[in-house]
Amino acid sequence: MSQASTEIIRISGHAGSVPGAGLNREFQVCKLVDTTTCIGCKACEVACLEWNGNQFSETTFDNSYQTMPETAWNYWNLIKFNEHEREDGSMMLLMRKDQCMHCEDPGCLAACPADAAIVQYANGIVDFQEANCIGCGYCMTGCPFNIPKFSPAARKVFKCTLCNDRVSVGLEPACIKACPTGCLHFGTKSEMKELAETRAEQLREVSGFADAGVYDPAGVGGTHVIYVLHDAKNPELYGGLPKDPHIPYSVWLWKKPLKWLGNLAMVGGLVGLAWHYMRYGPKKVEPIPPEEQRRP
Amino acid sequence: MSTGAVPHSGTEVDRNQELIPRYSMGERVNHWLGAFSYIYLLMTGLAFWSPYLFWLAVIVGGGPTARFMHPWLGLIFTASLFWTFKEWHQDMQVDAGDRAWAKAMPDYIQNQDDKLPPVGRFNFGQKLFFWGIFYSVILLLLSGVVLWYTETLPWSLRFVRYAAILVHASVAMITIGLFLIHVYMSAVLEEGSFGSMVHGTVTRAWAWTFHRNWYYEVTGRSQPKP
Repeated sequence: MSQASTEIIRISGHAGSVPGAGLNREFQVCKLVDTTTCIGCKACEVACLEWNGNQFSETTFDNSYQTMPETAWNYWNLIKFNEHEREDGSMMLLMRKDQCMHCEDPGCLAACPADAAIVQYANGIVDFQEANCIGCGYCMTGCPFNIPKFSPAARKVFKCTLCNDRVSVGLEPACIKACPTGCLHFGTKSEMKELAETRAEQLREVSGFADAGVYDPAGVGGTHVIYVLHDAKNPELYGGLPKDPHIPYSVWLWKKPLKWLGNLAMVGGLVGLAWHYMRYGPKKVEPIPPEEQRRP
Repeated sequence: MSTGAVPHSGTEVDRNQELIPRYSMGERVNHWLGAFSYIYLLMTGLAFWSPYLFWLAVIVGGGPTARFMHPWLGLIFTASLFWTFKEWHQDMQVDAGDRAWAKAMPDYIQNQDDKLPPVGRFNFGQKLFFWGIFYSVILLLLSGVVLWYTETLPWSLRFVRYAAILVHASVAMITIGLFLIHVYMSAVLEEGSFGSMVHGTVTRAWAWTFHRNWYYEVTGRSQPKP
């Protein structure tokens, strides 16, 4: 990386410590969602719509704060509400801002057949390039979080970009900027991880949430959106956050062994047929013997 | 060549090159409709299969067009196959003669056709091809509809998507194997086969050589006593 040339490791003929030694430029970005301080105001939803130029969608009422069941092709950021009944019978409103998790090992990208329709940047952002999208929907099958959504009008798939257009010019994502409680944070992955762990520890030791923890699932190589949960042992309670997300086994089977087996069989078949023709040649028509022609 | 005494008066007529009808106009039109739709499906399907073959989608109109058209051509191919089933399923029934032929298949592969038992309109290999494609089409149709409208499947039924991608790709591979053998045998290996699907006719000698029982049937000749 070009930036690495600004990092100094050793200086010749230099007395004392090396200035800037050990300086580590981290390029991995991360969004931290602290579900324990979210108040469900949906300001992040509005900011997301505004920045990305999406229209408000019609809401569906289901006797809760939930405005719609899941994210949509033009609604990339949605708070999932769960009226959770605790063991002591008391109610707890669990709220989780749902959006693309920006996996380190993205299932959408693994499944996508279109050249450069999905790219993963060095900072961890996984972004769809709709100009290259062919609308097959394989990414929807590859994603373990139910995030990519198909637009029947555009015949293309859309999702949260982690405000790549803002991040690339040094701004934080729109949702972060709109959050009034500070439950949303944006920074480097290591900073956010540290902040999240500190908060989780505080929840465990001070607030009495013994199972509080950080959600940064290893099954997809970690994510660039991480959560602080009161109950990290049951992430499903937070609007169906999967406990152990990973690229679906069938996508792996399809893209790895089946693909190689199929390619081998196709090439082998062509070679085999060519060999057969050279070894045995054409099947020729035999004339009907005259005695057979004469027979009634 | 027999040059012995001719039992009848008059000159002996060589009827080897006389033409007999094998495929009706309807059968041929349907065959080529199926063939060209399959070739389109093959090109676009392979484009979705591997990035190294994505150019196949580009030469038939680009990725989004290929994605849009692939399911429709799939329906045309399915319709073509179902019509073929209606017309041919009687002729494609596997019988006792086929089992004897199947045992002698190595001879067929080594072009020692004289060692094979005589066959009717279709031999056992053609029957295998027909039923292979027929059942594959049913599986491709079912899994294909899931892939066509993936977005309408609720998240709770995502296992259906997982099954569909595997079924569609694996069965497509089976059809590619059958397709390669079919094209090789009919357009390259066996003299006169390709022409029969274009013009609809074969020579009497062709029928005698490759489908002897069918030859007796269509020419109305008696079969020799074994």
